[in-house]
Amino acid sequence: MKKQKDTLMVASLKDAVGGAVIALLMALVMVGMKVDVASGRGAELFIEDRWAAVAMAVAIVFVGRFVLNLFYWKKEDTEKPRLGSLLPSVSSFSGLGRFATPVLLALAVILPFLLMYWLGSRGSRQYIDLAILVLTYVMLGWGLNIVVGLAGLLDLGYVAFYAVGAYSYALLAHYFGFSFWLCLPLAGILAAFWGIILGFPVLRLRGDYLAIVTLAFGEIIRVVLLNWYEFTGGPDGLSGIPRPSFFGLEFTRGEGGFADFFGLKYSSIHRIIFLYYLILIMALVTNIVTNRLRRLPIGRAWEALREDEIACRSLGINTTNTKLTAFALGAMFGGFAGSFFATRQGFISPESFTFMESAVILAIVVLGGLGSQVGVVIASVVMIGGFEFFREFEEYRMLVFGLLMVVIMVWKPRGLISSRTPSIALSKNAKGISADLVQEGTG
Amino acid sequence: MSNTMKSWDNNPVLKIEHLTMRFGGLVAINDLSFNVGRGEITALIGPNGAGKTTVFNCVTGFYKPTEGRLVMARSGGEKYLLERMPDFKISAQAKVARTFQNIRLFGGMTILENLMVAQHNPLMVASQHTVGGLFGLPTYKRASNEAVEKAKYWLERTGLIDRADNPAADLPYGDQRRLEIARAMCTGPELLCLDEPAAGLNPKESAELNELLMYIRKEHDTSVLLIEHDMSVVMEISDHVVVLDYGVKISDGDPEFVKNDPHVIAAYLGVDDDEVDTVEQEVGL
Repeated sequence: MKKQKDTLMVASLKDAVGGAVIALLMALVMVGMKVDVASGRGAELFIEDRWAAVAMAVAIVFVGRFVLNLFYWKKEDTEKPRLGSLLPSVSSFSGLGRFATPVLLALAVILPFLLMYWLGSRGSRQYIDLAILVLTYVMLGWGLNIVVGLAGLLDLGYVAFYAVGAYSYALLAHYFGFSFWLCLPLAGILAAFWGIILGFPVLRLRGDYLAIVTLAFGEIIRVVLLNWYEFTGGPDGLSGIPRPSFFGLEFTRGEGGFADFFGLKYSSIHRIIFLYYLILIMALVTNIVTNRLRRLPIGRAWEALREDEIACRSLGINTTNTKLTAFALGAMFGGFAGSFFATRQGFISPESFTFMESAVILAIVVLGGLGSQVGVVIASVVMIGGFEFFREFEEYRMLVFGLLMVVIMVWKPRGLISSRTPSIALSKNAKGISADLVQEGTG
Repeated sequence: MSNTMKSWDNNPVLKIEHLTMRFGGLVAINDLSFNVGRGEITALIGPNGAGKTTVFNCVTGFYKPTEGRLVMARSGGEKYLLERMPDFKISAQAKVARTFQNIRLFGGMTILENLMVAQHNPLMVASQHTVGGLFGLPTYKRASNEAVEKAKYWLERTGLIDRADNPAADLPYGDQRRLEIARAMCTGPELLCLDEPAAGLNPKESAELNELLMYIRKEHDTSVLLIEHDMSVVMEISDHVVVLDYGVKISDGDPEFVKNDPHVIAAYLGVDDDEVDTVEQEVGL
C-alpha cells in the first residue's frame, strides 16, 4: 500500500512537470509577449513582456495537475466522472414532448395580452417583438426540420430560401405594388421553385458534399443580392416595404384604420400584436402541415430515405423526386417566413441573410432534436431569447453560446427531445423510438 | 431428364440472356444465361465471390449490366427489359422485389412503418400524390386502412404481429430477416429475389423460412429467386438450381442433378492433386 502511494506520488509529479513544461512553452508566446501600440511615439509597435504572468500560469498548471492527479484522477475507487452524469438523466425528459405541447401552445396564444397586462402597452412592446423574432425562428426551424430532421439532407444554406422569400415580397411590392397577402403565397412558390432548381444538380451528392454545395448556394444568393445593384438595391437594401393589412384595414391613425374601425384608441402596439398572431398562425400551419405529411406516404418515404436510401430504391420509391419534394417544401416554408420577415422589418438588405443565420437555424434544429417539433420550439426560445436577453454581454455571448452547445451535445447528443414518435401504430400506447436507433441520414 | 423440356424453360418469369458484368478489368459475370420458372423457387448457388450478388444487383437495377438482356415477363403478359430500367421502376412496374445480404431495414421506424413504406406507390396514388391526403380525403383513408390490413396479414404470416409497434432495429436477427421478406412482399412482387435469407439463422428458424417461402410461392403467385449457402434450404425447397463459379454458370438443373454434377463437386470440394488434370479434362476447364 505504502509503495503504491509512492509511485502515485512520483507519477503525479512527473505528470505535473510535463504539464508545466507544456504550459510554459505555450504561455511564453501567448501570455509572455504582448504586442502593443506605443502611445507616445506615433503608431510604432513594440512587444511588452509579462514574465510574472507566465510564471503564474505555469505554477497554476503544475499545482493544479499535481493535486488533481493525487486526489482525483488516480484514486482507484472513484468512477471517471462524466459531464453527462452531472446533469439530469435523459429519462426525466422523455415525457416532456407530449406534456409541453398544449402548455406551450396556450402560452403562445395568450402571451401578448399577458405581457400587456403586466407591463402595459409601452413596456411590453419590446418583449412582443422578441416573441415575434423567436416565432420566426421556430417557423424556420420547423421548415428546416423537414429537410434535415425528416429527410436527413444536411442543408447549410437554408437562409437562401429565407432571402428568396423576403426579396420576392420586397421586389414584387416595389415594382408591381403587390400586397402582402398576394405576395405571401408567391414568395413561398418562388422559394420552392428555387429549392427545386438547387435540388436537381445537388441531390445526387451525399453527406458532406451536399452540405458544402448548399452552403455555397446560400452564399451565391446573398452575393447576387449584394451585387445586382440596379435590381435589388445591393447593400443599400430595399426600404419602404408595405405593411400587411388586417382584411383590408391598415394599421394607421385616423379614418379607416384598424383602430378606427373597431372603435379603439389608436396605438402602435396593435400592429405588433397583429404581426405576432400572424407569425404564430404561419408557424402553426407549418407545424400542422409537417405533422400531417409525416403520416402520409411522402413523409414516411422521407424518413425511410434518412434511414436507408438503397432499401428505399428497392421498394420502388423514386428517391430523387422524394428528396426534391422535401427540399421544395422546406424551402417554401422558409420563403413564407422570409416574406413575413420583410413585412415586419419594412427594410431588408443582404446583411440579414448571412451564413450565421443558416448556422443558427441549423443549431436550433440540432439542439432541439432532429425531427422533433417541440424540441425546435424549446431550442429557439432558449437560443434566440437568450441571445436578446444577454445583449449587454455582447462580447461573451458567442462564448457562452458555444459552451452551451458543447454541454448540450455531451449531455444529449441527439438533441433535447430525441425520441421519435411512430407515424402510425396498431396499439394505442405505442412508445416513442429511442434516438439511438434512428439514423441521421447521409443525404 | 436432359432431353425433356424443363419447366423453367417453358414459361419463364425472368429470362437472363448473355449477361456480362465487368468492373474495369474484372469480369464478375461472364455470358450467363438461365431462366427463372414462373411459380418456382430457383436457387442461385456458388462459392464465395462467384458473382451471385452481382447477378441480383443487375436484375434489380442496382448495377447496369455491361452486356446482355434481362426479360421480365409479368403474368399479365407485359414484358420489361430490366437492363434498361432504373432501379425503383423495376420494383414499381416490373414487380421485382429484393432483400439484401446485409439486412437493410429502416431501423428507426417501427415494423408496421417499414411495411407501410413498402406500399409507397399505391398509397401515393391514393393520396393524389399528397395533395388529397393533406386535406384528409376519404380515398386516402380507405387506402391507408387497406395498407395496414395488408401489413397485418404479412406480420401474421411472419409471426411479428405482436411487435408491430417496436422499432425494427430492436428485433433479433432472425426476425429482421423475416421482416425484410415481409416488406418485400408488401410491394406485391411477381418475382422475389432473396439474397441469403437463411444466413445466420438457426435450424429451427431455417425450417420456418422454408415454410414461409413455400407458402409465398403457393398462395401468392410469386416466383422466388434466391441465393443461398445453406444446402438444407436449397435442396429442400428449390425446383431449379443454378450454380455459378467465377462468374460462369457451371451447372443448371433440378437439385438432384446438380448435387451429382462433377463440375459442382469440383467447384465446392476440389479434387485430389493427382486427379486435377483428368478432372479438368472431364469438366472441360
